[in-house]
Amino acid sequence: MGSVFQIIGPIMVGPSSSHTAGAVRLGLASRAIAGGQPRSARILLHGSFAQTYRGHGTDVALVAGLLGMTPDDERIPDSMKWAAEAGLEVHIEPADLGDVHPNTAKMELTTASGSIVEVTGSSVGGGAIVITRIGKFDVAFTGENHALIVAYTDQPGVIARITSLLATEDVNIATMNVSREARHGTALAIIQLDQAASPELTAVLSRMNGIRSTISLPPLAVS
Amino acid sequence: MQAISLQELAASASSLGVNIGVLAREWEWQETGEPVESLNERMRDRLQVMRDAVARGLGGGRSRSGLTGGDARLMRQAPEAVRAIGGEPLCSAISYALAVSEVNACMGRIVAAPTAGSCGIIPGVLLAVGERLGSGDDELIEALFAAGAIGSVIERKSTLSGAAGGCQAECGSAAAMAAAAVVQLSGGSPEQCIQAVALALKGMLGLVCDPVAGLVEVPCIKRNAISSSVSLAAASMAMAGIRSVIPPDEVIDAMGAVGRDLPVSLRETAGGGLAVTPTGRRIAKEQLRQAGVEA
Repeated sequence: MGSVFQIIGPIMVGPSSSHTAGAVRLGLASRAIAGGQPRSARILLHGSFAQTYRGHGTDVALVAGLLGMTPDDERIPDSMKWAAEAGLEVHIEPADLGDVHPNTAKMELTTASGSIVEVTGSSVGGGAIVITRIGKFDVAFTGENHALIVAYTDQPGVIARITSLLATEDVNIATMNVSREARHGTALAIIQLDQAASPELTAVLSRMNGIRSTISLPPLAVS
Repeated sequence: MQAISLQELAASASSLGVNIGVLAREWEWQETGEPVESLNERMRDRLQVMRDAVARGLGGGRSRSGLTGGDARLMRQAPEAVRAIGGEPLCSAISYALAVSEVNACMGRIVAAPTAGSCGIIPGVLLAVGERLGSGDDELIEALFAAGAIGSVIERKSTLSGAAGGCQAECGSAAAMAAAAVVQLSGGSPEQCIQAVALALKGMLGLVCDPVAGLVEVPCIKRNAISSSVSLAAASMAMAGIRSVIPPDEVIDAMGAVGRDLPVSLRETAGGGLAVTPTGRRIAKEQLRQAGVEA
């Protein structure tokens, strides 16, 4: 059932829920996936994002999200200045990303440790988003739930071990999306959860046989 | 929100002897377990953001695209003889609605009510009438809960999205929600509130969404002001005891059906209406050039 606060709300910086508030949330999701504030960001804007980004402030909204600002943060219009202060180098360009939603951005992020993370996502209306690609993997991540992003080696039993570990903490899986680079290659699981997984669980998960990395994400901000 | 129809919403409120806002808050508490004081505080925050946006917008300022800005200030500073044309609370409602919509276009902070594109109408109408009636914050907060309840029903039965239903779904719904809120604030019954919804929405039926250059500015900002006048007219009629011949729930259904019948070019795609007039096209071309995209 919809809350009255979704109708009289959210509180947000304008002008557009899809092109501004949704863009902030795409930046926030990408920041979380990159494991924190990146050192540099090359942002490719597609379709309506490319055509209207100046008027809608889609560019500054994405950067604000990468800096960890929420959609109601009044610093959003000045996010380029804040990025410079925070040591985040930004490059924005319109691009054709192919057969994707008209409001799509691809962010090529260089993390603090120097690795490259590529995140593609779409703002699908009313501030809602879907992250559609992380690196080489097709995903479907909305940021509405708690989530775990687990990179692992494709081999029998890994998914079973992950899900039984979640069961021990009584954490319910809302959706699970698994894809792999190649047989026995790297695989990625996006697991959206009804409850948060504890830091202890995430730590145990990270040490499991076959697991390469684990990122635990809280739901993305709404106000 | 438990109500699936306006009829049910008004009947439940009447049978409990409360207004629609109080009922909506009660239902929110029942569904989320969040205490009433906390719900009130969250709505109070929204009321404050609305007031801050009005104050900021009346001060002027151009939008990011450079297309709009300063009209709220012009309306506010208009001479008494000019303001007498519309009178009060209409002139204040117009200037406040312009103010909030201009703040939205300037990347300022607003409350999407129900959307960012239609964010000026509810604060414009509610704050203007509230000033005139001397309403307290508690009453304004209850009126916002009422507006939210109406919006919930519209969303469930039809749509609040311009891309799905055109501007009637955004500014039309906002005008209807604001009309109900103002009727409640003026001491009208729940039945009068939903009659105001029907009267406002009927006046907005078929309104297309045709943003110039795809931006939430032209004609959105001034449509927020015009929609406020529709809202006040509907609230006045409902308070006088005028009833819609077509029942409120059927009007909402009709709005949804009209939205589905609207061509895609008139649903937020900038492919029709004002967006494709010679001036609309010229502005779009200039915006694209500034963005570094080939027109």
